[in-house]
Amino acid sequence: MSSKALKQPPALRTFSTIFVVFWLVIAAFPFLWTLWGSFKVELDFFSKADWRNALTGARTFVEYGTAFTDNGYEGAWVQEEFWRSVLNTAIVCISVVTISLTLGTLGGYALSRSSFRYTFWLLIAALIFRAMPPITLVSGYLLPFFEWNLWGKLPTTIVVLVAINQPFTLWMLHSFFQKIPKELDESAKVDGCSQFQAFRRVIIPVMWPGVITTGLFSFLLAYNDFAVTSMLLSTDNQTMVPKIASFLGTTQTEGNVMFAVAAVVSATVPLFILVMFFQRQIVSGLTQGAVKG
Amino acid sequence: MKHKTFFWFFLPTAVAMLLFIAMPLVSVVMQSLFTPHEQVFKIVETCDPFGCKQSTGIDLEATNSLRAEKPLGRFAGLNIYLDRGHLASSEVAAAWLKSDGIGAFFNAIGNLPFYRAMAFTLTFTFLVTPLAIILGFVIAVSVNSLHRHLKGLVIFFSLLPMIVSPLIGSLVLFWMIDSRGILGNALQWLFQDPDLSLKASTGLTWVMLMVYGVWHTAPFAFVVFYAGLQTLPQDTLESSMIDGASRWQQIKYVVIPHIMPLVTFVALIQLMDNFRVFEPIVGFNASAHATSLSWFIFNDLAGETRLLSSASTTSVLTILGVCILLSPVLVRTWRDFNRKV
Amino acid sequence: MLLKRIALTSALVLTASAAFADCTISGRVSIIGNEFPAIQTIGAGASECTGGEVTTNLTADHQTLNVPGMQGDPAEYTSAIVANSSIVALMNDDLIRPLDDLIAEHGQDLQKSQLITIDGKVMAVAFMANAQHLVYRSDVLAKIGVDVPTTYEEMLAAAEMIRSQGIMENPVGGAYASGWNLAQEFNNMYIGMGGEFFSAGTAEVSINNAQGVATLEMMKSLSEYMNPDFLTHDSNATNAEYRAGNVALMNMWGSRAASLVEAEGVAQEVVDGMAIAGPMTVGGGNIPATTLWWDGWTVSKNISDEDAAATFIALTHAIRPEMLNEETSSQAVWLISGYEPTDASEGVIAAANAGSVPYPMLPFQGLLHTALGAELTDFMQGKEDAATALADIEAAYNAAAKEKGFL
Repeated sequence: MSSKALKQPPALRTFSTIFVVFWLVIAAFPFLWTLWGSFKVELDFFSKADWRNALTGARTFVEYGTAFTDNGYEGAWVQEEFWRSVLNTAIVCISVVTISLTLGTLGGYALSRSSFRYTFWLLIAALIFRAMPPITLVSGYLLPFFEWNLWGKLPTTIVVLVAINQPFTLWMLHSFFQKIPKELDESAKVDGCSQFQAFRRVIIPVMWPGVITTGLFSFLLAYNDFAVTSMLLSTDNQTMVPKIASFLGTTQTEGNVMFAVAAVVSATVPLFILVMFFQRQIVSGLTQGAVKG
Repeated sequence: MKHKTFFWFFLPTAVAMLLFIAMPLVSVVMQSLFTPHEQVFKIVETCDPFGCKQSTGIDLEATNSLRAEKPLGRFAGLNIYLDRGHLASSEVAAAWLKSDGIGAFFNAIGNLPFYRAMAFTLTFTFLVTPLAIILGFVIAVSVNSLHRHLKGLVIFFSLLPMIVSPLIGSLVLFWMIDSRGILGNALQWLFQDPDLSLKASTGLTWVMLMVYGVWHTAPFAFVVFYAGLQTLPQDTLESSMIDGASRWQQIKYVVIPHIMPLVTFVALIQLMDNFRVFEPIVGFNASAHATSLSWFIFNDLAGETRLLSSASTTSVLTILGVCILLSPVLVRTWRDFNRKV
Repeated sequence: MLLKRIALTSALVLTASAAFADCTISGRVSIIGNEFPAIQTIGAGASECTGGEVTTNLTADHQTLNVPGMQGDPAEYTSAIVANSSIVALMNDDLIRPLDDLIAEHGQDLQKSQLITIDGKVMAVAFMANAQHLVYRSDVLAKIGVDVPTTYEEMLAAAEMIRSQGIMENPVGGAYASGWNLAQEFNNMYIGMGGEFFSAGTAEVSINNAQGVATLEMMKSLSEYMNPDFLTHDSNATNAEYRAGNVALMNMWGSRAASLVEAEGVAQEVVDGMAIAGPMTVGGGNIPATTLWWDGWTVSKNISDEDAAATFIALTHAIRPEMLNEETSSQAVWLISGYEPTDASEGVIAAANAGSVPYPMLPFQGLLHTALGAELTDFMQGKEDAATALADIEAAYNAAAKEKGFL
């Protein structure tokens, strides 16, 4: 951004800095609040008696003699074995990202390189598929999955998440491949490569930025999914989000909200690491992927 | 690309989508056209730890033989589509005949669950989508002008609302906006109204849900636009400046046209997602004030007696709604495609 | 805290392993049920059995999973743990088997009162009971000089005194969250008013009557003394209000009473003041405005006789009298012989003794429950009158019942 054209006058610069700070407060405040509150007891976190308790930890102090307690974390990680869910989430996320990118790149590449009418209709069909509410899909899966003894297992959930995620992946990768000049693989084909060889030798080396970005969205889908994972996984195989939901309790069950709060904070940490690690690729990926409507 | 090559490239993704989306879609459409058989009742004696009494039960033998004859159930045609829980044709007709003014008619319609849910869903969709796009764009432009060492951190925090599961994100906010939570208290102080409660009024609940919606979806728009800004043609910008274009004119004539395809993409995805709004309604316990089609499906499937036909019908209606909503964008894509061909 | 928990668990494991040899099975056992502590205990008890594989899936989503999970042949689950509301879904689809021959062979120790008999056939074995009843703050009632309310009218009067004396602003608590909770409160009150949900012998709903209107009026009056957000308060949120010392009178589940003030950080006055009483009556009626509930286990129909016998033996083992100890006794009001009622079970037992009625085990009750939960909210917010609300509920129920073939 060293370009002169983007140099801003001081007034505008101040304004945009203030705006960014303002936005950061809005975006991050709920999580900082949760982080702070996760070291308190439930009554302080909810602070139904007085909202200041959430800051000072008045009830926590009465209970533990200090305003901070790591009871929520201990309960979630040790007593409720939250690490199992973390492990399951890792397995699900890695598999979903890998498989859906493999299928998606092949399909998206084909869509971008074929100019027959049916490619348009395939894209539209994918869009309509994406409109299907996930809970309906899941309730339809239950019976066959139980019958074929597939229910409750991680691979089943991975395959379902991959399938549900395909329409979005296809659209995004298709737009990305359109930005890669056709001349690249055409010339490879002139040199005697088959289409697949052209794809492997010429396209794969230049496709990574777009693939990484699409991968980020696939990752988030798998990471955040509740509708599929809560219905298709047995309690032993639960991923983080349904596990956290189960901490919250139901009409008959006393939940343990502080376990949930501690788990929510814990669940954000890997994302922090991931984004810090990949932020450059994420942005540059989108740059070259330049999704198109 | 040849048909055959295309086929092999596209096969894996097509199989995944056919198996897990297209086939369920067909069965959902079927299920919305058929309903379970009529149940045959008989009076039975039921005894539990608290005593015995006569009650109505189902004559399983009679019902089972009906089921065995026609496993799909009774053909209902469009009956479910037109019943009170969905399009409510006869209720709408009755309201039209009975009401003496257009206001009374809309009042009567507003009492029907489907139309009430549509009122919220459409308001939500058409307010949240543009607001999130605008907010995302402004954030992207502002972040773009920051020092590069700051960018990474700012991007992470900006992504937070999107990357945390909606179920949990909305729960966190739900705790905060309670009339005794920090945000609820801040609002009470701001408006000098100690009885202000966001959760108790329909209007404020709508505002709360929409603010949440914008908060949650703006980061997606931000990430996409921010990336788009990285490819801005610098020479065009510079020449526009030499021509004496103001900053505003630069944005209007250079930046916005450049990222327009991205805006279409974001709008397409967000219109679809906002139309299916669901998690915030559950997370905010807001079903007393706001419902959506997705929430109906959830409600039909969560009851002690599941209403499969009703849920399927609502799903089909959701898909039709999305198609109508996206049709302008799709027509545009079709034109683009034809031009390309 | 944690040390104490671990110590307790290991004590439980020790006593459990002593009884290990009791139970041998030859077959597959797979149990689905809710996740609350009493059911966890049952699941652990069944898992003690040796000789066959025992798996459990205890989750809040059990109701969505049990029907598809038992429809296959052989069924994934050999047993579902259900309540009087949720057994009907399994009965409607013919998924559970009569237990009479298994009882004759392996169930001599079960009490007659535990057996859920429908049309002369035992379909489930109950092991615990539950009911909603009054939970109050004795210190607050002492301050205003009022006896424990036995009717909702007295509750309203007490609430008014608490509010006008400036002790609490919203002294009444209630799980009035729109959806299942709100509908359940309607059911309680309507039963207390002496109403009948359906015309006898049919699936035709009949709540649009004087009792229905009176029920709604009473719910409205109560809500005036509740936190204004009451339509978002489920039983967890209501309990949280009580713990924070904001509520003095509430109708709460017996199963939640034992742990109510055990949470960390509850103020001492709330802990000391917490007291339980039986359910209240309303509108001069004799039947308490509450419903009785049982939880019990069933055995799948679509499994081999061998697996069915194994399941029956394992679950009978799980609810044998010896499973009662200090830890488990407080988890529920057990319907097992030798159960010594704890202080926390007082309310549920009072409810049963006062002639409360069980939650109706009708095939179409669930549909009415869903309709109530969705359509009552307008009335509670003052957007429509009682008659319109009741008519809406009936219309919503009729649409659902027609679809399901009940009408």
